[in-house]
Amino acid sequence: MKMITINKSEWADGLQKAAQAYRLFGPVKEKEFHSFKRLQDGVLPDLACLNTRLSPKHLIYPQSEVMFDYTLDESRADHHILKEAARDDSPQAVVGIRPCDAKAFVLVRMNFDTPEYQDPYWIRAYEATTLVGLGCAAPCSSCFCTTAGCGPYHEEGLDVLLADAGNHYLAKVLTEKGAKFVAAAGWKTAAEPQAADRTIAALKQASESKITSFVQTDNLRSTETTDLHNAAFWEEVSFSCINCGTCTFSCPTCWCFDIQDENRGKAGVRMKNWDSCMYPLFTLHGTGHNPRGTKLHRVRQRFMHKLKYFVDKYDRGIHCVGCGRCVRLCPVNIDIRRVCNMMNNFAASGAACAIE
Amino acid sequence: MLSYTEKIREIAGRLLQSGAVEMVIGFRAGTVPMMNEPHFAKTPADVQKLVWDSHCGINLANYLTDRKEKIGVLAKGCDSRNIVTHIIENKIKREQLVIIGVPCKGMVDKRKIAMKAETEITEVIEAETTITAKGHGFSKTFEKKDVLQHNCSLCIHRNPVIHDEMVAPPVVEQQGVDRYADVRSIAAMTPEQRWKYFEDLLAPCIRCYACRNACPLCYCPTCFVDESRPQWVGKSLDPSDVRTFHFLRAYHCAGRCTDCGACERACPVGINMRTFTKKLEQDCLDLFGWEVGLDPEVRPPLDVYRPQDPNDFIK
Repeated sequence: MKMITINKSEWADGLQKAAQAYRLFGPVKEKEFHSFKRLQDGVLPDLACLNTRLSPKHLIYPQSEVMFDYTLDESRADHHILKEAARDDSPQAVVGIRPCDAKAFVLVRMNFDTPEYQDPYWIRAYEATTLVGLGCAAPCSSCFCTTAGCGPYHEEGLDVLLADAGNHYLAKVLTEKGAKFVAAAGWKTAAEPQAADRTIAALKQASESKITSFVQTDNLRSTETTDLHNAAFWEEVSFSCINCGTCTFSCPTCWCFDIQDENRGKAGVRMKNWDSCMYPLFTLHGTGHNPRGTKLHRVRQRFMHKLKYFVDKYDRGIHCVGCGRCVRLCPVNIDIRRVCNMMNNFAASGAACAIE
Repeated sequence: MLSYTEKIREIAGRLLQSGAVEMVIGFRAGTVPMMNEPHFAKTPADVQKLVWDSHCGINLANYLTDRKEKIGVLAKGCDSRNIVTHIIENKIKREQLVIIGVPCKGMVDKRKIAMKAETEITEVIEAETTITAKGHGFSKTFEKKDVLQHNCSLCIHRNPVIHDEMVAPPVVEQQGVDRYADVRSIAAMTPEQRWKYFEDLLAPCIRCYACRNACPLCYCPTCFVDESRPQWVGKSLDPSDVRTFHFLRAYHCAGRCTDCGACERACPVGINMRTFTKKLEQDCLDLFGWEVGLDPEVRPPLDVYRPQDPNDFIK
């Protein structure tokens, strides 16, 4: 594993060089908040950003993505035939992504890239993407990454981990993709590995000590699914929910989508759009029956999926990286930390008195 | 308004104990600064969680739709006007409700405060007329009147218009408020400027429907954007579909919107979709002399025909 020193005076220049080989994306502030945008012509990623309002999952998994196009014009030989839509899978790099958001791609990959099923759109975009993360020196009060299988300097999912060491960044090159990016940027001053490791370890420790919010997950796997499903607390948990899609759309790990055909005249496209388990249409059957007909059903599904079904199915922890976006953005303040702890303490507290 | 909490608990406890209601809908303290969570109290322990401060902006009328129980509900001026609208529209029966009126001095806009803070706000301390935001290494005190939600700064019905209990004597209503300055500034634009303005306004929309779902008026069993047989509106972020959603939703609220601000407050990406509903509100005022939700006995203008209705559009 290579360790590089990037003097801050070389930063802009390096990115400019990298931009010749990569489409660069990074956090940019527009009006009120930051979001991941294409970095055009020398625009630098704003690394002072605490975190972006919405996650960068759209860079690999766009909210709306055309898969095929077709024509209904019967005078054309190829009418009614789906043809793969043009797309850009040229190399892209996300600079300044947080470790939590990078780890989220690892979790999402478990769904889109399995021995049985491969989602070619997600996989091609993922393979074209290099994640150059910045260790998080100032976690928010609503971040709970360290107890959600992640952390402010977590490396899983990243190709390069940057650590801000004052007048320079230390770049820990974690993968082949990362090595290529660093080479394209022309950053080559080797850092003394042990000293760099010590610096990063110190920064990591300092950052972790600032995290004040935690979830307990140790009992989730051993708790009986049906008991949790039937727990009385769901009425109280779901009461305030308005069933909007804010939590699922801002979440870096939510992966559900819906497929739609849209025609305009005789030209049409088949597209993939993010969907949300909060929406009534999400599970509406062709018969008109909806197995998740009430908001209680839908709220329970969201939390059970993230904190129980996923845990049971993969045995890789919870389906959450602790980025805190849903906590900060929920219009009615439903807090996954609270719900997770209620679910985790459910077995211990007994079915009757599980609330808090 | 801070002193309201105790009175709210007293009233809620009394109503539950006497069996007058089965639940009281109010707020409990939030888990992040400047947020409280809608909460129902059924037991004395639940009652002790009820709170009131300047972060109770969510419209609680939204939690009454089609409920069957007897309910005590906290109501600011705007909530009470939406309760009136709910009663008129048969979404709840008056006799099911014990309305606990809360004279309101306006709710603070957490985004306004966040934008004026140097870094993340980790604590907010409220006094009678000021609010102090604290974060790592900073502390700033604001006059509440300077950081109110925009709709609250324009509000002329702060006192509940209908109530069975009051948590405090009425507050003085704001006088001489220019409610439609923003509508006029948009109306003064050229069509091209206006279109650009709306395009920019809606550009960040992610179709999460938080605006619709936070709104007490949006209770259709199936919203037009969720119709699937046949489907009326596309599901992608195509600007024409995004606009269709926002424009149609606004029109569905014409003559019904109380400008409670729930939509704008709920939006995760900071869109002020009140821009649309304000124009319709002004039209209803100008054309029909109509202010929403002041009297459960009067049907709204788009609901009834009156001989004196303006009919200049018939040529």
